Order: sequence, then C-alpha cells, then structure tokens
Amino acid sequence: MSETRIDRRFRALKAEGRAAFVTYVMAGDPDLESALEIVKGLPAAGADIIEVGLPFTDPMADGPAIQQAGLRALASGTTLRKTLDLIAEFRKTDDETPIVLMGYYNPIYSYGVDRFLKDARAAGIDGMIVVDLPSEEDSELCLPARAAGFNFIRLATPTTNDRRLPKVLANSSGFLYYVSIAGTTGAAAPKPADVATALQRIRKATDLPIAVGFGIRTGAQAAEIAKIADGAVVGTALVEQVALGSDNKDAVKRVLDLAREISAGIRSVKKT
Amino acid sequence: MSNLNSYRTGPDETGHFGIFGGQFVAETLMPLILELDAAYEASKKDPEFAKELSGLLKHYVGRESPLYFAERLTEHYGGAKIYLKREDLNHTGAHKINNCMGQILLARRMGKTRIIAETGAGQHGVATATVAARFGLKCAIYMGETDIERQKPNVFRMKLLGAEVIPVKSGARTLKDAMNEALRDWVTNVADTFYIIGTVAGPHPYPQLVRDFQCIIGEETRRQMREAEGRLPDTLLACIGGGSNAMGLFHPFLDEESVEIIGVEAAGHGIDTDKHAASLKGGRPGVLHGNRTYLLQDDDGQILEAHSISAGLDYPGIGPEHSWLNDVGRVKYVNATDQEALDAFQLCCRLEGIIPALESSHALAHLEKIAPDLPKDHIIVVNLSGRGDKDIFTVASALGVDL
Ligand SMILES: Cc1ncc(COP(=O)(O)O)c(C=O)c1O
Repeated sequence: MSETRIDRRFRALKAEGRAAFVTYVMAGDPDLESALEIVKGLPAAGADIIEVGLPFTDPMADGPAIQQAGLRALASGTTLRKTLDLIAEFRKTDDETPIVLMGYYNPIYSYGVDRFLKDARAAGIDGMIVVDLPSEEDSELCLPARAAGFNFIRLATPTTNDRRLPKVLANSSGFLYYVSIAGTTGAAAPKPADVATALQRIRKATDLPIAVGFGIRTGAQAAEIAKIADGAVVGTALVEQVALGSDNKDAVKRVLDLAREISAGIRSVKKT
Repeated sequence: MSNLNSYRTGPDETGHFGIFGGQFVAETLMPLILELDAAYEASKKDPEFAKELSGLLKHYVGRESPLYFAERLTEHYGGAKIYLKREDLNHTGAHKINNCMGQILLARRMGKTRIIAETGAGQHGVATATVAARFGLKCAIYMGETDIERQKPNVFRMKLLGAEVIPVKSGARTLKDAMNEALRDWVTNVADTFYIIGTVAGPHPYPQLVRDFQCIIGEETRRQMREAEGRLPDTLLACIGGGSNAMGLFHPFLDEESVEIIGVEAAGHGIDTDKHAASLKGGRPGVLHGNRTYLLQDDDGQILEAHSISAGLDYPGIGPEHSWLNDVGRVKYVNATDQEALDAFQLCCRLEGIIPALESSHALAHLEKIAPDLPKDHIIVVNLSGRGDKDIFTVASALGVDL
C-alpha cells in the first residue's frame, strides 16, 4: 500500500515528539455550511486528523450527543453525497490534513461500495471507520477499500482479548482506534492507568499508531492520554458544543474554541 | 447453502442465508457474540440442556399448545378447513416465551447475571421478565414511549414481574428504537449482561437460535396434524414482525413441497402509503441491527419509520432467513392492512370465542382472501401467535369506544 496522508501525519508527529489530536465532527451539523466552516477551521485550531461523521438514523454504538448530532445533520438535508461534497470542498484549500470518514455501513451499502470508493477517492478521503463492520465482514468494504488505497481503521475495545486482537489488526492500517471503555460514545471518562495497561498489551501485537478515544472532554484529560498513546480522539465534547446555542455561527466558534483548548493540552506533552 | 435439496440447512458457517444475515455489530460485541455461538453449539450437543428445556416448556409454559379445528371460521368462509395453532394459550400469552426459555438457559450456562431485551407489543418483554423472575436474574426491558402508551397492560405486567421498563425516547419511539437502545446497553454492560433478542433477527447466531427455539411450533403442528387428519396441512399462515412465530411454524415444513407457505406482513394504512411495515414488499436489502435483510429505507440508506396498528409488527426490517426464503421463492409474502386486521380480530372474537393478538389478526385477515375459494378438504393452519388481551385499548380506540 502506498503512503496515505494519515501515515505521513503520524510519521511527522513522531519526529516532532507529540501525540496526534484527532477530532470528530458530524457532517451537516448544525447545517452543511457551518459544518464546512468547522472542518475548515479545525486544522488551525490544532486538529491533526479530522474524522467526519456520516449521519445515520440508527447509530447503535453512539450515545445521546452524537445521536442528536446525526439527527440534526439529517434534518439539515445531509446525505452521503453531500458529505463527500463537503470533504471535496475542504480539500480545495487543505491538501495535507488527513480526513477519515466515520459512520455506519448502510448508507455506504445503499450508495454502492464501488461507486462510494471511487467518489470517496475523488473527494480526498484517506481512511474510513465503519462501526458495524467487524473483521468478520471484511469482504464487504474493508478489502475493496484497502485495494483502492484507503486506510481501513478498526476499533479495538476492552473486550478485544489477545486471541481476537490479530483478527482486528489484520487488514487494518493507518492507525488503531482504541475505544477506552466498553460503552457508547460520550460515556464515562477513561482511567489512564487502565488505558496504559491495555496499550502495552496491544503494542505487543502491532506497530500501528494507536489513538485513544471515547470520553475525553478536556485539555487536561487529553494530555493524560497524550502521554501514553499516539493520539487522542475527541468527538462528543466537540459535538455537544454545536447543540449549546441556536445561532449556527456561534456554534462554529464554540467548537473551534474547545478544539484549541484541547489541542493546547495535547501539545503540552512532549515525548522523547 | 450446502445442500441444494433442502431449504433447512442455513445459515452457512459465516452466518449467512444467501446474501442475508451476517454479523454487522460493533467490535465491543463481537467477542461476546462468538462466545454465545459457542455456548449455543455446545448446548445442542448436550442432552441435559434439551431435557431441562423440554421439562420447562411442558410444566411451566404449558406445551404442547393445542392445534384447534376452528369450526365456525371454517363455516363462515365456506371453503378450506381452518385450524389454529394456539400459541395464545402458552404461559404469558404468546409464542415469545418458547424462545425466552431457551435463551435464559443459555444465559445461565454462560454465567450471565443480568438480562436485557427490547419489546414492541410487550409480549417479548413480558416473556423475558417472566423467565428472568423464574430464574432470579436482574432484568431491564427497553420499550419505545409510543408502545408504552399503546400496550399499558403489558408494561404493568413487566413491572409486577420485577423488571425495570426503560422508556425509549428516540426516533418514532417504537420497536426499532428499543432495539437500538438495548444494543447500546449491551455494548456498555457486555461483561455481565445477556441480550435476549425477541425475534429471528440480529447478528448471527440469533436468527438461527431463535428459529430453533421456535421450531417447536411447527414440529408439534406436524405431529398434531398427522393425528387429526393423518396428513400434512396444505397451507400455513403466520404474521411477520421480525418473523419468529412464522419461522417457528414454517421451518419444519420448508422441505415439504406440497405445503404452501404464506407470511403476512403489516400493510398499515396501505402498501402504497408511507405508513406500513411491509419490509419485503416496500423495502430493499440493507444492513441494520447486526444483519443484512430487507429494510424500509430512503434513497440514502437512512432507515424509515414503520407503521402498524400492531406494535409487534411495527418494525422496518424482517429476519434475514425470511429475506432469503422470499428471494428463492419458497415462501410467499403477502400483507394485510390495519383495517383488515381489525376486522379479522373482531370476527375471531365473535365466531370462535378467542380474542387474538392484533399481530396474529394479520394472519387471520388473509383467510378471507384465500379460504372461500379453496376446496373443503384443503387444510389451512394459522399460527395464532398470541392472545389479544393486551390490545383491547388499541382496538377500543380504533373502534371509537371510550374505555
Ligand atoms: C403475539 C405476537 N405475534 C407476533 C409478533 C411478531 O413477532 P414475530 O414476527 O417475531 O413473531 C409479536 C411481537 O411482539 C407478538 O406479540
């Protein structure tokens, strides 16, 4: 596989000696235009990698905040096509920041896998996380996506034991997303000590960078994770900022302000 | 499928019926689902498991359920001879408990201490709460707020049985949303929790194991029909929500070429409106709740809300094995509207002295379309999947009666 923007970014960060700040925001939330502004503003606010959520009516692994974000996005007319358009628009001004599409399989299946991969490539997507495609379903999207040069990023969780880990790692690339708690997005904050133990175990099985997410809300928490992981993922806390007021312009500012705060936390941790 | 001469060999090793089925779940759940599959396979080889289950089905559930010759319905239509498989007479009033009893024994074997379930009509919730009480396990039932409103008697029943009923406020607040929320609970509490899915849907091995636990309906029907008529029935009829009562009746007959098999989906206000629950007629293949199957969805793959007067059929999907049986043409899938079901409901009350569930009334509703034109020696078996006590408020309001 040739190097993707994701691979390059992690290599650069390793040289720089710090962890990646991985942000998650929902396409089309609160509306398509504001979401584009948020995504465009994130790199300057410190985001190293941007996960763009693809809304789905039935997000079975998400907590209330991301469920609501998805519903707002659907209400604003967001589709898979419009999500790709948003990313293509972002790419016009940023050819460096990696973009990961994150969502559930049905909208992609409905769009058609081949057509999706072609259009995702054209839009400038680098990797994808599809929550309801475990390795048992690799032939659906993971293998064709890999063949088309995308990173297929997989989730590992506290329930992913040593016997299962190799299955999860097989065919995954870019980075491994360690879900720090058994639960839905936005639930309890992870205990850094537990995460450290888990990461030690996982590192024995892979050289992939490991980003840790679920439950990180503040710069201080992100800094704790940055000490032990190659990246910290923040989603729910950012998405919640969107919902705090009714003015969509303010939403853009609130999301980017919080991103800056968390970014500072991550950048305060220097690694050797 | 490995044996082309049989419709009964599915799923394959990867949990698929043709293109349908599979294991589309978050990674957190995968280890547990594999563990469940192993526990289920082990239970099938253990005579003690079969013995314990059949003892409970006999003495606690009250099986076997009668196969009853519905003389007055037969007279009314003036054609085919109509039998009713009386799942309404089971303890808790529906077929749902057949499956719950099997799954709770698995849960115990796996050392799980907490049970969760989703429910629409509340029948599966009541059956789950019942077996949880019987075995002293903690129990939480997810139920959409809309359904809580229309199935009040069952909500109170579940509470009496010691279950916590958790109202679900997302989406249309019906069965689909309850299933989402139950899956979220499961992701959060994987270590101690067993999810008793109520129909032949969800990730493999659920469609298979729920089917196997429900097959007792069809197996008994075969035996009882042989005793009553000395032969196989000619037509089988059952309603389809997720499709568990139907699959339980159908599966033991799939390889009997002479037996016509018909599943009845809920057509709500009509199949050409946007208010129905007929996923085979009005949907297309997609992925939801752990499996690929026919789903009601929009052009962008977003899931649509289903509608049916019957909470137990109000679901935008269907079990994957039904999708397969539809595509290979072995089972014929038709539908009945809210109104047709209401009419059949009342007819069954008055002619047979049996108050059927609104779900089962959809199967009964199809009789009018076929029975009158069939010869008198043509035998139809309708799966009377449950009793309608729970539905009296819904029916009263549909008939404009203030209770
Ligand atoms: C009496 C009865 N029949 C049928 C159903 C539909 O489920 P299934 O299609 O799985 O049998 C329900 C579901 O609640 C029910 O209560």
